[in-house]
Amino acid sequence: MSATMNSVLFGWYPYLCLTVFLLGSLLRFDREQYTWKTGSSQLLRRRQLRWGSNLFHVGILLIFAGHCVGLLTPIWVFDALGIGHGFKQGLAIVVGGVAGIVCFVGISLLAHRRLLDPRIRATSSFGDTAILLILWLQLVLGLSTIVVSLGHMDGHEMVKFMNWAQGILTLQPLAAAYVADVHPIFKAHLLLGMTIFLVFPFTRLVHVWSAPVWYLARPGYQVVRTRFADRRPVGMPRPVYPKRQPAE
Amino acid sequence: MKIRAQIGMVLNLDKCIGCHTCSVTCKNVWTNREGVEYAWFNNVETKPGIGYPRDWENQKRWNGGWKRKKNGKIEPKMGAKWRILANIFANPDLPEIDDYYEPFTFDYEHLHNAKESKAVPTARPRSLVSGERIEKIEWGPNWEEILGGEFEKRSADANFEGVQKDIYGQFENTFMMYLPRLCEHCLNPACVAVCPSGAIYKREEDGIVLIDQDKCRGWRMCVSGCPYKKIYYNWSSGKSEKCIFCYPRIEAGQPTVCSETCVGRIRYLGVLLYDADRIEAAAATPDEQDLYQAQLDIFLDPNDPAVIAQARADGVPEAWLEAARHSPVWKMAMEWKVAFPLHPEYRTLPMVWYVPPLSPIQSAAAAGKMGVDGDMPDVRSLRIPLRYLANLLTAGKEEPVALALERMLAMRSYMRAKTVDGRIDERIAAKVGLSGAAVEDMYHVMAIANYEDRFVIPTAHREWTEDAYDLRGSCGFSFGNGCSGGETDTNLFATRPARKPSNPMEIA
Repeated sequence: MSATMNSVLFGWYPYLCLTVFLLGSLLRFDREQYTWKTGSSQLLRRRQLRWGSNLFHVGILLIFAGHCVGLLTPIWVFDALGIGHGFKQGLAIVVGGVAGIVCFVGISLLAHRRLLDPRIRATSSFGDTAILLILWLQLVLGLSTIVVSLGHMDGHEMVKFMNWAQGILTLQPLAAAYVADVHPIFKAHLLLGMTIFLVFPFTRLVHVWSAPVWYLARPGYQVVRTRFADRRPVGMPRPVYPKRQPAE
Repeated sequence: MKIRAQIGMVLNLDKCIGCHTCSVTCKNVWTNREGVEYAWFNNVETKPGIGYPRDWENQKRWNGGWKRKKNGKIEPKMGAKWRILANIFANPDLPEIDDYYEPFTFDYEHLHNAKESKAVPTARPRSLVSGERIEKIEWGPNWEEILGGEFEKRSADANFEGVQKDIYGQFENTFMMYLPRLCEHCLNPACVAVCPSGAIYKREEDGIVLIDQDKCRGWRMCVSGCPYKKIYYNWSSGKSEKCIFCYPRIEAGQPTVCSETCVGRIRYLGVLLYDADRIEAAAATPDEQDLYQAQLDIFLDPNDPAVIAQARADGVPEAWLEAARHSPVWKMAMEWKVAFPLHPEYRTLPMVWYVPPLSPIQSAAAAGKMGVDGDMPDVRSLRIPLRYLANLLTAGKEEPVALALERMLAMRSYMRAKTVDGRIDERIAAKVGLSGAAVEDMYHVMAIANYEDRFVIPTAHREWTEDAYDLRGSCGFSFGNGCSGGETDTNLFATRPARKPSNPMEIA
C-alpha cells in the first residue's frame, strides 16, 4: 500500500466518516424523527431473538466499551498506573475475545433469523440486512485479529492503534503513518469499522443514540403534557404543574 | 387538590348486540395501513373466551398493569425501571403476532385471472406479513365469536376464577355476552410508566393517552405494560400505536368514531372531574376489591361549589365544568352506580366503564325453583354468573354489580308499571335506593339514549394552545415533517418503502 493510499484511507477517510456520522445523525434526528427507531422484529418472531438479541447486545456493548477505553485512553495514563503494554494487550485479548464470542453467537443467531425466517426476511429493509452482515463481518475480522495479535504479545502493535486513534481525534496530520505497516487484517478491520460510522446515520443503528438510560432518572412514572402552557385568556390564572405525577 | 377533567366513556353492555360496527369503522379510519392490519384499536369479544390477543387477561403470563409492593408503593408488574431496562434487548413479556393473529388477505385476483378449469377458482389466504401462502387460518381477531370453538379452550377465560365453570360448559347452562374493548385512557396508565423513552403521555386537558410518534423508539415495553393489551407495535413503522380516542373529533366536540357509529347506542361520552393528587394513593389501595370504590372517591362532584372554584383555579375551562354537570358518565358511574371500570385490579384506574349486562333468568328459576324477589327476579339467578361479572368489573366484589343489575331491573319494573299499568310506583325505585325521578332520568339516558344525552363533549380551546395565524394553509394531520408525507422516493433515511395498497378494485 502506497503512502498516499495509506494517508487517504487512514488519514482522511476517518474524518469523512466521523463528519457523516455526526452531521448525518443530527440531520436525521432533526428532520426524520419518525424514522428514528430500533426497528425491533420481536413481535413477528420471538424464536431466536431472546438469545440472539441479548447475547449480541451484551457482547457488542462490552466490545464497544473496550475499544473506547483501550484506544482512547492516553498511553501515559496506563504508564502512570503501571499497567504494562503487554498486560494490557493480554487483557484486551481475553475480554475482547470472550465478548466477541458472545457477540458472535448472538449475531449469528440474528443473521440466521433475518435471512431465513420468511416473516423477518420479507419485512427487512436492505439496510437492516446489510448492517447486520456488515457487523457480522466486522466481528469476524475483529476476532481474526486475535490470531495475529498472539504473534506479538509485547503490545507494541497495540500502541500503534492507540496512537493512531488518539492522533485522529486530536487532529494530528500524520496520524495515518502509525498504522502504515500493520497486518492487513487489522487494516481491513479499521476500514470496515470506519465504514460503519459512515453508514450509521442511514441505518437502524441510530437507536444507539437513544439508549434510554435517562429512564432511570425520570421522576416518578407518569408523564402528563399540557398544551395550555403559555396561551391562556387574559385574567385566567396560570396553573402550576407539579413535575411528579402521580405515581412514584 | 389538583383538579383535572377527562372525557370518559361508558359502554352499556346490556344493549350491545355484537355487530362490530365500532370495530370496523374504527379500523377503516385508523388502522387500515400496513403494519397495523392485525391491530384493532377497538374490538368486540365474545365472553366467556380468552379474547384478543389470546389470554390477555392472564397477567401472570403477560405481567401487565401494576403491582403493590410490600412497602405500599406501586410499581409496574413488569418490574422496577432497572428491570425494564434490563429486558430491553428482548422483552420476555411481549406477545408474538400469532397471539393476536397473523394478518391475511385472499388471492382475489385469482378469481379474475384464473384460466378455464374444471374446478371453480378459489381465493386462498395469504399472509400480509411474509406474503406467503397460508394453508389454513388457525386464529383470527374474533375467533370465539358467539361462543365459537370448544368450551374447553374458551374456559381458560381468567374471569372464571372462583366460578364453578364446569357446569357452564353444559349446553343448557351456556351464557355469553359481548365485551367491546378499547384503550382505557387510564388515570394511572401502566403503558406511560414503562415507556423508557417517555414518548407516551396523558393529556392534561382531556385525559387522552397518546404516543408521540416522533419520540417513540420502538422499545416495545408499552405493549406488555398495558394489561388490556391495547397498545400495538406497528411492525412496519417500528413504532407503537394505540387508540387515540379520536382526539381530533373529541377536540371538535364530536364523539369518537366507535361511539358515533354504534348502532345499539350503547356508548356514552362525558366529562369527569377528578383529583389528580389522589391518583397514586387510590392506585395503591391495599385490597384489590376496594379499588373500584377508591376510584369513585377521586371523582369530584361537578355541582359542588368548592370543586367548581378549585377547578377554575386549576384551569378547567368553563364549558368543561358545564359539561361535567350534564355528564352521562358521571350519572352512570357516580349517581346510579351502574357503570364499572374494567378490571380495576390492574391498578390503572381505567376511564372506559361498563354497565353489566342483564341476562335471561335461568330455566330453574323460571320453573319456580329459584328465588324471585317480589316483582323482580333475584339477580343471582340470572344466566350470567354474578361472580363472572364481578371478576370482570370489580375485582370479584359482587355487591356493587348486584346492586347495578337490581337497579336496571327496577328501572324496567318501574317503567312497565308506569307505561303498561299506568301507575307510578315509588316503592320499586325505593327498593333499590333511588327516587322515581332518578329512575326516569336513568330510563331517559340508558334506554332512550338520545344523541345529546349520550354525548356531552365540550370543545377544546385550541385558541389557547395554537396560533391560528400560524396554522393558515398548513397541512393538518400528517406523518412526518409538515406538508411532507414523511417519505420521499429518494429519502436517504427512509425505511423500506411502503407497499402500495392493493385491493380487487385496483386490478387494471
